[in-house]
Amino acid sequence: MAERRSRLRAEQLSALYGGTAAVKDVTLAFPPNTVTAIIGPSGCGKSTFLRCLNRLHELAPDATVRGHVFLDGRDVYAAEANAVAIRRRIGMVFQQPNPFPTMTIYQNVAAGLSMNGRLTRGETDQAVERALRGAALWDEVKDRLRASPLALSGGQQQRLCIARAIAPRPDVVLLDEPTSALDPLATQSIEELVQELKREFTVVIVTHNMQQAARVSDFTGFFYLGELVEHGETPRMFTAPREERTEAYVTGRFG
Amino acid sequence: MDRRSSDRTSPQSSRIGWGDAVFKVALTAFAAVIPLLFLALVGRLAVSAWPTIRAFGLRFLTTSTWDPVANVYGAAPMIFGTLLSSLLALVLAVPLALGVAIYLTEFAPGWLRRPVATLVELLAAIPSVVYGLWGIFVLIPLLRAYVIPPLQAVLGWTPLFSGTFFGNSMLAAGMILAIMILPYISAVSREVLAAVPPSQREAALALGATRWEAVWSAVLPYGRAGVLGAIVLGLGRALGETMAVVMVIGNRHDLSVSLVEPGITMAAVIANEFNEAAGLQRAALFEVGLVLFGVTLAVNALARLLVWRVARGSAVGSRAI
Amino acid sequence: MISGLTRRRLLSRIMTGVTVLCAILALAPLFAIFGDLVVRGASSLNWDFFVKNPAAAGDTGGGVANAIVGTLIIVGVGSALGLPVGIGAGVYLAEYGGGRFGVTVRFLADVLTGTPSVIVGVFVWMLVVRPMGHFSALAGGIALAILMVPMVTRTTEEMVRLVPHSLREAALALGFPRWRTTAQVMVRAAWPGIVTGALVAVARIAGETAPLLFTALGNLNFRTNVLQPMQTLSLQIYVFATGPFEEWHRLAWGAALVLMAIVLVFGLSARFVTRTRFRDG
Repeated sequence: MAERRSRLRAEQLSALYGGTAAVKDVTLAFPPNTVTAIIGPSGCGKSTFLRCLNRLHELAPDATVRGHVFLDGRDVYAAEANAVAIRRRIGMVFQQPNPFPTMTIYQNVAAGLSMNGRLTRGETDQAVERALRGAALWDEVKDRLRASPLALSGGQQQRLCIARAIAPRPDVVLLDEPTSALDPLATQSIEELVQELKREFTVVIVTHNMQQAARVSDFTGFFYLGELVEHGETPRMFTAPREERTEAYVTGRFG
Repeated sequence: MDRRSSDRTSPQSSRIGWGDAVFKVALTAFAAVIPLLFLALVGRLAVSAWPTIRAFGLRFLTTSTWDPVANVYGAAPMIFGTLLSSLLALVLAVPLALGVAIYLTEFAPGWLRRPVATLVELLAAIPSVVYGLWGIFVLIPLLRAYVIPPLQAVLGWTPLFSGTFFGNSMLAAGMILAIMILPYISAVSREVLAAVPPSQREAALALGATRWEAVWSAVLPYGRAGVLGAIVLGLGRALGETMAVVMVIGNRHDLSVSLVEPGITMAAVIANEFNEAAGLQRAALFEVGLVLFGVTLAVNALARLLVWRVARGSAVGSRAI
Repeated sequence: MISGLTRRRLLSRIMTGVTVLCAILALAPLFAIFGDLVVRGASSLNWDFFVKNPAAAGDTGGGVANAIVGTLIIVGVGSALGLPVGIGAGVYLAEYGGGRFGVTVRFLADVLTGTPSVIVGVFVWMLVVRPMGHFSALAGGIALAILMVPMVTRTTEEMVRLVPHSLREAALALGFPRWRTTAQVMVRAAWPGIVTGALVAVARIAGETAPLLFTALGNLNFRTNVLQPMQTLSLQIYVFATGPFEEWHRLAWGAALVLMAIVLVFGLSARFVTRTRFRDG
């Protein structure tokens, strides 16, 4: 594992629904400007873990979180920390594309910008174009920024959601199975995009598709029944895993 | 269209086929009652109103004289009163109803939702005449003692609040109507807001919105057509309310803007005068009924279309009626 | 930047509080009305209240026996007329309601649920009271039935539609003809929901007054003949509340308490029926 100072680090993180633990005591560091894939069979806690990183999990009924998540050295779960401010620095893209249907494409991308501080019209325009370029969507929508996002295809909508997430220039981008609702061609474009995103952001992507993890990520973490079983550089994880369970999973023997 | 498991021409088949036909005819007859009822209602009202339609034409809607002795009738005060009382009811009820709906879908703790929702729905179960009773003996004395004096002290110079308060007033009617329509607006709004996909709210939160901002910028806009439908539904109910209004509004044939003075609505005048009316006056009351029916029809149709657009034809809100 | 965030969070807290305040303000009249019903109405409730008819104007005492019985009779007549039609129409819409006729019926039913009840009253006056030459409980029942039909139609349709298709297919696969599938399988499965909808509609019409003003009219005496004018609790409350006598006002609260209780009984049994089927009512 590279000894780079991590932007984002989870330490002894546990997440519970009521009395049952969905994530058990996970310690995992995300080096800056890398893509880390989180893989594992269904129900192993990957999505729950992801949602703990931007403090979304605690909003579910009966949900509790224990442990720490350090962003640039500061614990996002500290008593004086502010969930809303945290979420400005950590962006999220969801499994189903979910653009705001009553806003235009432009307004969708700008949605996260207007939350904080007042930007001039020119500044907003710049930020929207930059985000759409970063999401590889600019050329396709630059002539119809005032159109409804519902006119876009599934893959385009998801790239719009990525643009919306990166427009406020977060430090980290979390992607929760972003291509599971998309066709193969759209999936490919998103995967290429993820590789581009790491130039500016630290990326964590949850995926149930092992081949996808192998294609896009630098590091991989394997989760099983809520525990982080193994973590390391992606090529090694897939060719020479150290743990038996990891090997069983990546060779397709279960999950 | 039916595929029977056997295609034998046994003595059974024709009898069974006959059973299907009879059944369908019987059900269709029941269903046909509804459009027939509608047509009969419109037709009957129009026919009975014909004498005054012929006598006064469109002036009926714009003049204010209501004189059974001289047999001259104009419905402007009632139309105005209906609109004013309903508007007042909306102004008072909509913010509260939306606040309740947002509270129940977004902020209330899980265990509190069902009880509070049930209690709000209970407001709709109270009969109109009981609201009227409460209005006469509780609300009006309360207004007289605690609300009107300060209100008139501050705003008595405005046309809305000038005049003498006798108790029975447009204000009392508007307030009672507001309480009566609140549960309908709230219940339908709640169904609409609950149907907004959670990922919309989550997307806003993930961008760093506060809980209120997530509601205001993501959830509410998504459901706005349905919420508008809920409000229009409330309006439709307010327009047609009779008993509570006739008991507190004063039933004075006067077109007055002042809320503290008595007024009259279309529904109230029918309730008040129908049994004693004869001849042309009765026809005039039928015409008032026709106008009221037309207005509530249009408003309810609009409400249905708005709510249907959100719920795609399912009977969302039908239980709220 | 920091103060901006604090301001936004403060706004979020304030707005949350505002919605709580809305809930409190919305429920305040409910508690006030129920409280008043109990406090002011309880004093009228004695044995006489339930078994005697109203006393002569101005006298004390007397009761609302005729009104209670009248309410039950007229609601009974209305339900007997309105429920079959409403349920039948609802089943029609659920089973055959796809075409233009079905769409029209559905739309008109929704629109008719919003018809002011006073309009239905004058309509029935013209249709029944005038030809008959006098007011009657029957006319009142017809008016209430007309109010019920659209309500019951829509709730019945909704309930039958909720029955899973697999049930229908199982019946058809067994060789059931279409009509038996509908009548014996689909409707039977939806029955608790249909009953709930019916009870809710009955609770609604039990409190109606306006349509009865011109049909049943009211009666100071105890009558059970449906062809004669009849008193109901709702009419009695109206007369007593708007009358000049203190005694009448006192009795009005008692009658209102009884009426509210009857409405609640129907409403609660509707919820009870739903709950015993483990559905969120």
